[in-house]
Amino acid sequence: MKFHAFHLMPYRHLDMAEANKYRSYWSVLPNRLYDPALGADLYQEYIDQLVLAAKLGFDGVCVNEHHQTAYGLMPAPNLIASILIDRTRGMKTKIPIIGRALPLLNNPLTVAEEYAMLDNLSHGRIVAGFVRGIGCEYHASGVNPIYSHERFHEAHDLIIRAWTEPGPFEYEGEHYNFRYVNTWPRPVQRPHPPVWIPSQGSGETIEWAAAPERKYPFIITFSPIESVLRFHDLYKQQARTFGYEADGGQLGWAVPVYVAETDEIAIRESAAHIEALFNNFLYMPLEMVLPPGYTSIKSMKAILATKKGMTTAKQTMKDILEKGTFAVGSPATVREKIEAAHARSGFKVLVAMIQFGTLPDPLVRKSTQLFAEEVMPKLRGLGESAQVRSAAE
Amino acid sequence: MPDPKSEFLTILGARIHLRRAGKGPPLLFLHGAGGVTVWLPFFDKLAESFEILVPDHPGFGRSDTPPWLRNIGDAALYYLDLLEALKLGRPHVAGASLGGWIAAEAAVRNPTAFGRLTLLAPAGLRVVGVPAGDPFIWSPEEQARNLYFDQSLAEQAIAAPVTSELADLQIKNRFTFARLAWQPRLFNPDLERWLHRIKAPAQLIWGNEDKLIPVTYAQAWLKNLPRASLLPLPQCGHLPHVERPDAVASAIRSFAREAVS
Repeated sequence: MKFHAFHLMPYRHLDMAEANKYRSYWSVLPNRLYDPALGADLYQEYIDQLVLAAKLGFDGVCVNEHHQTAYGLMPAPNLIASILIDRTRGMKTKIPIIGRALPLLNNPLTVAEEYAMLDNLSHGRIVAGFVRGIGCEYHASGVNPIYSHERFHEAHDLIIRAWTEPGPFEYEGEHYNFRYVNTWPRPVQRPHPPVWIPSQGSGETIEWAAAPERKYPFIITFSPIESVLRFHDLYKQQARTFGYEADGGQLGWAVPVYVAETDEIAIRESAAHIEALFNNFLYMPLEMVLPPGYTSIKSMKAILATKKGMTTAKQTMKDILEKGTFAVGSPATVREKIEAAHARSGFKVLVAMIQFGTLPDPLVRKSTQLFAEEVMPKLRGLGESAQVRSAAE
Repeated sequence: MPDPKSEFLTILGARIHLRRAGKGPPLLFLHGAGGVTVWLPFFDKLAESFEILVPDHPGFGRSDTPPWLRNIGDAALYYLDLLEALKLGRPHVAGASLGGWIAAEAAVRNPTAFGRLTLLAPAGLRVVGVPAGDPFIWSPEEQARNLYFDQSLAEQAIAAPVTSELADLQIKNRFTFARLAWQPRLFNPDLERWLHRIKAPAQLIWGNEDKLIPVTYAQAWLKNLPRASLLPLPQCGHLPHVERPDAVASAIRSFAREAVS
């Protein structure tokens, strides 16, 4: 099992009472609620937390992209990745950027270029994450969500070609056209940096990611554990349809994690902060989270019929625990949760969100250290062959 | 008033649903983003003087969603093909909101396509500094409240039961609305430059209390359309043909009569 530490870099000093007066914490939340004096210090705090995770032995430290929101302060995640690369110089830590939102871009070649730069800067330590961006980001960017899937696939294909085919070449697509595609620098990793596809899960994305020519690791983000396992299973079934067995390395679980001395302490210390993540930072009305075309008509109808979903319904700590959207507890409890999930799906990529909502720095550091020292070592061998397992022990 | 006759015709590989009613000179009605989910009293009033033709736009209602429909220009050119196929000559056209925008886009591409244009709070232009409402961010309840001046109509719309079939139509209509109008939001920056090509007389009908496209936008149309007039309707929202069907039908009838006198 590989362990990655992940950060959204939320604006945790947000005045929630004020913010709750608005439709959402996305796009329409006035940016006067962001205080640069506090925010500047937050960046430092959060970067230090990820560097701590790297030093404690996490296999990777991850960043991602969000726009116009207090939920995450990384509209340009590559800037943070660049700092992390330098702060982990000489270490083997991977730097997954999970990921850039391709459809939002009018020139996807900028991602080919920037990722290639980061791959050079890190001597081949980056993971190239590609996402569609969440629904609100189609409000933020203006990009027509009807063309979200088309633009994602086209931008992805173009980037992979830019990394693997000798340039210059011409590219003519439906959404993108370039007389000259000739990416300098070229990436260090051959044929190109590994690609991850983080997702909240959709049949279409699973089929695309699992295709034999891609076999991209599929990272299910912030979903109830039963959904995570169901999507892992769908991926494995899809791989079998393609005629191969999916490796656990193709299956990822991204989950907020909080470890403390006992279950009781862990729940008490984290409750307000995890509730802030799900009930405040992630709060989006359906019109914002699911703009037309972001999902198929069929999925949209099913969602509207239930009017459920983690982004619209308020959740208490009890709900969150019942759904298993949060790995919280003593080291033994968190270990057991991961082991139990692994036993059912065989996933080998755990992406632990070490800070969430309003969780303050001392608690992040304590939890991250406990996780690295008392959870990770005992789970290293999960899913590995006996030989690897004994080497790890 | 008898029910409208429903028919399907295939144009550019897409099966299109068309309803007709009444007798008289042809009047093409181009619906707004909500589509025509119910046959309106307004149509019956017009059917007393016209043969009214109410197609579901491609991608709306019971019409197919053809792969060639990518933007508002595709919708406009499609209607020029439809007019040729139906051999209507130069019908009057009335277009509401999105439908008014399509009518204008078609008319700049073929200024002789229509006899007279009635544009009901048309989308299509921008007025810098006067933002239009954002129907893509409104909840269904907000939308109802913002579209009508008369809030009892909004209450009725909110309370109306949504059958599975109606839900399908609403989602389909909303998807195609986004396809045509998401970005730039509800306008085409090029349209203003070419409105001068529309030499046919045009009348604008606008609710003074329109919260989606404020009545101020009428001035941008009047400035750019060579032969246009404005009928502002007090105590009326974005859907004059629903909220004030008598006044609007009567204005269309008088306007058409001027053409023959």
